[in-house]
Amino acid sequence: MNLWLLIILACVVGFLTKLLGYLVPKKWLTNPRIARVAGTLTIGLLASLTVANAVATGQELAVDSRLGALVAAAIALWLKAPFLVVVIVGAAAAAGLRLLGLP
Amino acid sequence: MSTSLRQSPGARVGLSIAVATGLYGVSFGALSVASGLDVWQTQLLSLLLFSGGSQFAFIGVIAGGGTPVAAASAAALLGIRNAVYGMQMNVLLHPTGWRRLAAAHVTIDESLATSTGQTDPVEQKRGFWVAGVGIFVLWNLFTLVGALAGDALGDPKQWGLDGAAVAAFLALLWPRLRSREAGAIAAVCALATVLAVPFVPPGVPILVAAVVAALIGWFGYRTGPAGEGMEPDVDPYPKVTS
Repeated sequence: MNLWLLIILACVVGFLTKLLGYLVPKKWLTNPRIARVAGTLTIGLLASLTVANAVATGQELAVDSRLGALVAAAIALWLKAPFLVVVIVGAAAAAGLRLLGLP
Repeated sequence: MSTSLRQSPGARVGLSIAVATGLYGVSFGALSVASGLDVWQTQLLSLLLFSGGSQFAFIGVIAGGGTPVAAASAAALLGIRNAVYGMQMNVLLHPTGWRRLAAAHVTIDESLATSTGQTDPVEQKRGFWVAGVGIFVLWNLFTLVGALAGDALGDPKQWGLDGAAVAAFLALLWPRLRSREAGAIAAVCALATVLAVPFVPPGVPILVAAVVAALIGWFGYRTGPAGEGMEPDVDPYPKVTS
């Protein structure tokens, strides 16, 4: 129930955030400092989510097949693979390394 | 003079970006059920939250054992850039009434990038609506396909779906790392995350990194260009810009 509630809350907040852009005076959001924080937040959150999903297991740091997936995905991105291919490469790397016996 | 819709460059680019983006809804659907959400919850996120980064953030925190509160916080923070996109689109579209609500809902990286890549105001509108509505329809369709497939897969680890989630986040981040400063911000926030993991509950390290990123943005804004990190994560016009 708690999960349902917060999914709905996230949806409402997400929509209101988008709508805010259409409602507030232009000068508010053209403020370079606000625009810059929105940008650095995006980079920081995505970097954090990448690393947390790669090495965190609960409150412990772990080196396992997910790190292999990270490296494989980076190579795919460097080769300019499209999003879906990168995701499949990540899955294949993790699944393959597990078949080889890695945790 | 504006062209007919069939020959409209904005609509054409919008359609191709809609197909490419919509397709990867399948990865969101599969990863969402692997994280522990059910098919209905997964579909609700695609219907109502409808912002790839925020949706992946929500399930990424849940998959790591974080609380729903931490998941919703990460999703909300990652959605802040959409407010800046909304302001830009409002200048181009001036939507009123129900169109304003619809425009807000489909204001995402891809619709903004398609629209702002056009110069003719008519094409800017067509690009925005075709990309936005097209992605909404296809993204939801493929979310359902992915969620049902993910449900049938069984053990997500055996299929490497945890590795797929890592790859998805890196793929969302990658296009934003165009400058040395963006790379430095990403590195500092990654480090902050790793350092925080042993000391705070799951999910919270992501919010710690958000605070670090916001402080860098707030206090260091004179040192970098104003639009840092605000480039949409897609480039519908690679031939034009490179």
